[in-house]
Amino acid sequence: MNAPDRDLHRVGGALEAPRGVGVRMPLIDGVEKVNGSARYTADLPAQGALVGKILRSPYAHAELLEVDVRDALALPGVVGIVTGEHCDVRYGVIPIAQNEFPLARGRLRYVGEPVAAIAAIDEATANAALAAIRLKVRELPAYFEAADARKSDTVLLHDNKKGNLEREVHHEFGDSAAGFAAADLIREETFECAEIHHAMMEPNAALASWDAERGHLTLWSVTQVPYYVHTSLAQCMKLDPAYIRVIKPFVGGGFGHRVETLNFEIIVALLAREVRGTVRLLQTREEAFLTHRGRPQSHIRMKLGLTRDGRMTACEAEVVQRGGAYGGYGIVSILYAGALLNGLYDIPAVKYDGYRVYTNTPPCGAMRGHGTVNVRFAFESLLDTMAAELGLDAFAVRRRNLLSAPTETINGLKIMSYGLPECLDWVEQASGWRDRATRSGGDGPIKRGIGIACSHFVSGSAKPVHFTGQPHATIALRVDFDGAITILTGAADIGQGSSTVVTQVVAEVLGVEHRRLRVIAADSALTPKDNGSYSSRVTFMVGNAAADAARKLKALLVTAAAKRLQVPEAEVDWFGEAAAVVGDPTRQIPFHDIVEEALVDVGMLTVKGLFTCPVEFQGGKQRGGAVGSTMGFSYAAQAVEVSVDAELGKVTVEKVWSAIDCGFAINPMAVEGQVQGAIWMGMGQAMSEETVYENGRHKAASLLEYRVPTIVESPDIEVHIVESIDPNGPFGAKEASEGPLSGVMSAIAAAIEDAVGTRIRELPFTPDRVFDAIHRQPRAGASAPAAEQGAA
Amino acid sequence: MKSLLNLWVNGRPREDAVAENALLVDYLRDTLGLTGTKQGCDGGECGACTVLVDGEPRLACSTLAHSVAGRRVETVEGAGRDGMLSRLQRAFHEHLGAQCGFCTPGMIMAAEALLRRTPQPSRGEIRAALGGNLCRCTGYVKIIESVEAAARCEEVSA
Repeated sequence: MNAPDRDLHRVGGALEAPRGVGVRMPLIDGVEKVNGSARYTADLPAQGALVGKILRSPYAHAELLEVDVRDALALPGVVGIVTGEHCDVRYGVIPIAQNEFPLARGRLRYVGEPVAAIAAIDEATANAALAAIRLKVRELPAYFEAADARKSDTVLLHDNKKGNLEREVHHEFGDSAAGFAAADLIREETFECAEIHHAMMEPNAALASWDAERGHLTLWSVTQVPYYVHTSLAQCMKLDPAYIRVIKPFVGGGFGHRVETLNFEIIVALLAREVRGTVRLLQTREEAFLTHRGRPQSHIRMKLGLTRDGRMTACEAEVVQRGGAYGGYGIVSILYAGALLNGLYDIPAVKYDGYRVYTNTPPCGAMRGHGTVNVRFAFESLLDTMAAELGLDAFAVRRRNLLSAPTETINGLKIMSYGLPECLDWVEQASGWRDRATRSGGDGPIKRGIGIACSHFVSGSAKPVHFTGQPHATIALRVDFDGAITILTGAADIGQGSSTVVTQVVAEVLGVEHRRLRVIAADSALTPKDNGSYSSRVTFMVGNAAADAARKLKALLVTAAAKRLQVPEAEVDWFGEAAAVVGDPTRQIPFHDIVEEALVDVGMLTVKGLFTCPVEFQGGKQRGGAVGSTMGFSYAAQAVEVSVDAELGKVTVEKVWSAIDCGFAINPMAVEGQVQGAIWMGMGQAMSEETVYENGRHKAASLLEYRVPTIVESPDIEVHIVESIDPNGPFGAKEASEGPLSGVMSAIAAAIEDAVGTRIRELPFTPDRVFDAIHRQPRAGASAPAAEQGAA
Repeated sequence: MKSLLNLWVNGRPREDAVAENALLVDYLRDTLGLTGTKQGCDGGECGACTVLVDGEPRLACSTLAHSVAGRRVETVEGAGRDGMLSRLQRAFHEHLGAQCGFCTPGMIMAAEALLRRTPQPSRGEIRAALGGNLCRCTGYVKIIESVEAAARCEEVSA
């Protein structure tokens, strides 16, 4: 087993503050966050920096014939301007699908696409310069809906992509025809999910400094993936990566918006080189919406076969994602949507057809629960409908189809731990599911209802998108004369607490106090490469690397202690902050003496911890089979209670009970926080969140128009942690912050149905949509596809 | 056009030449270097820039600096005392009321105004007082718990 060593000796017994894993520890960088001293990118000292601004396309689709910057450049105070002329290298997060220039060249594909950028002495000058740039274009027909973009006579957004299809996926595992033939009940439904956006609280910002004497670039940015940004800068600027330094300051959330290099990160670097100085590029909230990379609008056709007693026989799904104008993570998103139909329940046959479509809207990308969320909404919703038809309880039908770990799914995903049964048990009991009939109803317009759903997610992709053959995670520990232990990690803490997790793991293995530890994170000049904070990989992979490093350091220190104590290593009792001779606590030496001994002859200690996912975990042999592969799936079940005002169509989420199998909770308080955040974000997608485009122009590019739930409409969310102790996770831990999200929408849909008797299959469940569903009237114009037409 | 602005910031008197159209958030951040006050939106949408003016919560992004001349402005940097955290700062830290931390200064200042006015607020009163402050990380559950924990704390904050 992989559970933490609870017998670790500790100096002074139980009186000390808890320091290892399994402890509700506040964030190690939490004090800076509450006292205002945490420096986010926009807070960094930037005296003398020029003001950067981006000119964005007002056209949804056009040939870009000329960008005339002469008048703008002539304005006093304008120091430099860059356009597509300054970078002829495409970039993109998937090496085989790079089709984006940081600044448009030859073609404009969405309203908001960067065209030029200005460095000026102040904001007013920069704004005046933006207004002075003239674009000469020839407008093209633009497509804002996937169905329109796929028509036969369309202009292609990218010349090599027929039908504006970025990627088609056709997978079949098991024999779905035989599965449906064996079913007693087959149902098929379609589901529509609106496009949503991350809306992380910190707007985008970057600071770039070009050292003209040395030819060195330093970039500070809001990224989740400093390493990818580093490689993109080298590629686009045709610069040796050795001449680049990327630093991630405090980052105000990401949720996937920042898991690929974003255009502004390259643009600000190009500007800094152009003006041979420092440029600060602070962006508006509207620009974050235009940069986007959110969850795509999805059209889903879901078909499921069940036996009379609720056993799944086959699943068939067709997913069309409106991907926006560029590739980004699109290939991975459409593969995820199919791959993670598997891994939650035991399904003998799955057929999947996925279509990722280019449209003239801001590019979609990865967002919390990448690729799986909308498909899970459809699957769980259909499962409920069919269970009801068969007279089966929602819990019973799910229990009928559980997996048993360890196992391998039909598409080659390994399941090593599986706490879903315990999640279901707790949610059923805590939510009072069996008594629900007694509390719904009433004669007034307010009806109450309860619904449930399950979901899962990967603990890091077992095969990284950039395959290098290097370890999945590397961490370094350094100890010098002062006896401080410095943890050097490339892992990007964006608020999820990765620096805290790493600290707890090192403290657990070494048994030292937190005060002795410091974390230096995400600075390419100091810290080892890390692939980044995405696909919930950090706790699992970096946590394992941290444990490996700490064990190696401990071995060196035990050797030194043995030498100083003049006993064999086997006779050293390790207390963390001290060591003693076994059986003779009086012969004890403090940590500083141990370090002093360890440094003799060799000087500063540096150890390296590694983690690599073995190849057998890297997915099936099919094309794209690596997507969805992981060493550990999290599992979640939730119940949601709602009240519905049947006269107004207004839904209020009253209470959520969520159980998470995160393997082992390295920090139970942080797990609760992640689960609550995930549930709530799912609730936002369910209730109100929706991007809106009119002729390609974003109509909801503010936090007033794009409605994330406020504290007033947010429910209590009770979290229960199930610890299945994964055999490969650090101390048994798996991910905790993406899996719970995917079940929320269908649980709310089920609760609405429980309350008012109608099942809604379109997201979000806005009052007008709920009202129409109750009264069976289509809402006028709300779902009508935009007409095919040229740009505004 | 700049003119002299006199006011109190975190208990200290200030006299600065400030542009007449300067916003309070820019004065605090750019002139005084008090970057704890955040700007998360394009004006009045998110609450991250909440500061106290004569004890009342105000959006610094929607307030002209000169409109608070002669008044007492408090930011998150001034909340603690003797180098230690205020009760709200400590509660947000210990109860994970802050994840990414970007909304936190505004949350803490809005909650500070609430607790001065209503030392033992109900959950409904907490929700009402923080209704203009968005958070994208926590689902607000631990923010409410943090404010409740601070309210339970005997110590009176600065």
